[in-house]
Amino acid sequence: MTESLYGPDQAQGIWVYLEQQGGQLEGVSLELLAMARELADETSAELTGVLLGDDVEALANDAVAHGADRVLLGQDPELAQYRTEPYARVVTALVAEHKPDIFLLGATPDGRDLAGRLAVRLRTGLTADCTNLALEDDSRLLLGEVTGFGGGILATIKCEQHRPQMATVRPGVFTTGAPDESRKADIQRVNVILLAEDDRVEVLERVTEEGADLTRSKVIIAGGRGTRGDFSLLEELAELLGGDVGATRVAVDEGWIGRDRQIGQTGFATRPDLAILCGISGAMHFTVGVEKAETVIAINSDPEAEIFEHADYGVADDLFQVLKPLVDQIKQAQAR
Amino acid sequence: MSGTNHRDLRIICCVKVVPRPEEVSVDQDTMTIDRANARSIINPPDMNLLEMALQLKDQHGGEVILLSMGPPLFDEYLRVGLSLGADSAYLLSDRAFGGADTLATSYTLAQGIRRIRDERGCDLVLCGEESSDGATAQVPPGIAEWLDMPQVTYAGELSLVDGHLHAVREVKGGHEVLKAPLPAVVSVRVGVNEPRFIDFERKAWAENEAPVTVWAADDLDLDTEAIGLTGSPTSVSGLGQARSVERRREVIEGTPEEEARALFEQLQTFLRVRA
Ligand SMILES: Cc1cc2nc3c(=O)[nH]c(=O)nc-3n(C[C@H](O)[C@H](O)[C@H](O)COP(=O)(O)OP(=O)(O)OC[C@H]3O[C@@H](n4cnc5c(N)ncnc54)[C@H](O)[C@@H]3O)c2cc1C
Ligand SMILES: Nc1ncnc2c1ncn2[C@@H]1O[C@H](COP(=O)(O)O)[C@@H](O)[C@H]1O
Repeated sequence: MTESLYGPDQAQGIWVYLEQQGGQLEGVSLELLAMARELADETSAELTGVLLGDDVEALANDAVAHGADRVLLGQDPELAQYRTEPYARVVTALVAEHKPDIFLLGATPDGRDLAGRLAVRLRTGLTADCTNLALEDDSRLLLGEVTGFGGGILATIKCEQHRPQMATVRPGVFTTGAPDESRKADIQRVNVILLAEDDRVEVLERVTEEGADLTRSKVIIAGGRGTRGDFSLLEELAELLGGDVGATRVAVDEGWIGRDRQIGQTGFATRPDLAILCGISGAMHFTVGVEKAETVIAINSDPEAEIFEHADYGVADDLFQVLKPLVDQIKQAQAR
Repeated sequence: MSGTNHRDLRIICCVKVVPRPEEVSVDQDTMTIDRANARSIINPPDMNLLEMALQLKDQHGGEVILLSMGPPLFDEYLRVGLSLGADSAYLLSDRAFGGADTLATSYTLAQGIRRIRDERGCDLVLCGEESSDGATAQVPPGIAEWLDMPQVTYAGELSLVDGHLHAVREVKGGHEVLKAPLPAVVSVRVGVNEPRFIDFERKAWAENEAPVTVWAADDLDLDTEAIGLTGSPTSVSGLGQARSVERRREVIEGTPEEEARALFEQLQTFLRVRA
């Protein structure tokens, strides 16, 4: 068996990788802190946040307010933008020194990119894209719940002999706790030592914008290929209901709407009170992202569409013909 | 590779064969995945990586080499890839590889790539975004680490500029453009292109003559402790059919106006909260 750097008997503590972008911690990192806080309390373990970047000190306080007992803060101009190899170098050194038992990362593009590289460098097990985490009864091993085959099969994965037990978790699976500004913690600056070979990939350009946050939406009006790119009625309805517009991956790939709106396996897991799904076929890749919705309404012109299996109320009709009078009625009612 | 000489471009494409997702089920008694009744397909994201490779070959010339780890039945699917335009294929197939998680899978594939690189060269390793049957997107960075190559995940566009790879990579809320030296490992975003159809002129060759080299564990320079079940730190401790949430599945019928009215009634609670 390939051995990890250290074994279970030397391992201690729970780590959360704190992903940051544009002067903010990622939502999924805060969600992980809330979840990891519970695991830490359950096992009386210390919860450590790992924060890398340039000039990101202020974010360490956010992590503390959200539950971290300690933050390992690595700052360097070379870390200003996420790059696989410099980040992997610094995190590997920290893991080797502190020997965490559990190490959690968000399943964002960068989080998955880093986790995959780290797991091999550390020769340990990684449970990717978890939809839930728990501790096993007696062993206290981390159990990661994952879906396979597009969402149809659920498996629980554990890592018995190798440390850290690594997992990535999809954004929106856990909920962020309220910050407690009075929490005190230990913020430790760490040395950043990079090698010349970590520098081989160059970021020529990075363009990001602050997107929508569907994981917090109470009402979501989502559209798929059936909208043929016309989201105007969906937007109107979202506005009237105080909600947000979401989309399938197809709609995003077609360029009809931003990627921040994508729901599903490779998008966001949402938990609205109400989701209205328009022109969406109901692929498992998509439906896993609305599983936790309180009420689901589907409108699809194909009466046989799979989406109706995942809806509380189904309308088998043209979405435009149904949404138009619906929007009109709501407007009338509100005018009264 | 220099800017003027792309003739030697060797692209290794990691392609996996997976059961059709809708045809697998869980055998609750044995807690195993029952794929006996499932037909297989090439992992859909891998069709996108193959298309990407073939486009690079169309542009720069060179060779597209398929690589897969799996049982002998994969042979048939590799030949599909050959009839699409790939030049040769390697199948890593051995009982000892069975039960591999991402650590062991990426190691085995990496050792296969090393041997191909030694014998034929390698400028680029292309992977799909993720495989639909289990692990998620961790094999490509794993291969890159085993081979000490740079990695670019979730790439949408690739081009070769002066012997370097330029890649547009998806990040949260946007994209970035990366420049990496070759050889590099790239995972290609699912759905970035329309995979081409089978080239019927290649079909007979692909099915009968095309070289599909099968390598067993002994054919590779392997640490036998690092492959298959033994080399896999993670294990499955529970398995179930995803309990899809029970929905009411009520059907609303009528003219569009009537349907809209019925929906309007259903939405009352949400409208009240708003008011
Ligand atoms: C690795 C991987 C990851 C993926 N991740 C995701 C993900 O995160 N999220 C996601 O959404 N998908 C994801 N997908 C894609 C997913 O498998 C489906 O292809 C996608 O969800 C389908 O989108 P759709 O329903 O918009 O389009 P389609 O499947 O084309 O469905 C369109 C529907 O619209 C209906 N329609 C057409 N016209 C009208 C009309 N006028 N009125 C009403 N209905 C109409 C049609 O009957 C049809 O049912 C992923 C796929 C892969 C391989
Ligand atoms: N057994 C395999 N044989 C060949 N390629 C694989 C195999 N497993 C994974 N891959 C490659 O790695 C990509 C990501 O897979 P995964 O990390 O399993 O989600 C796939 O799209 C393939 O390109």
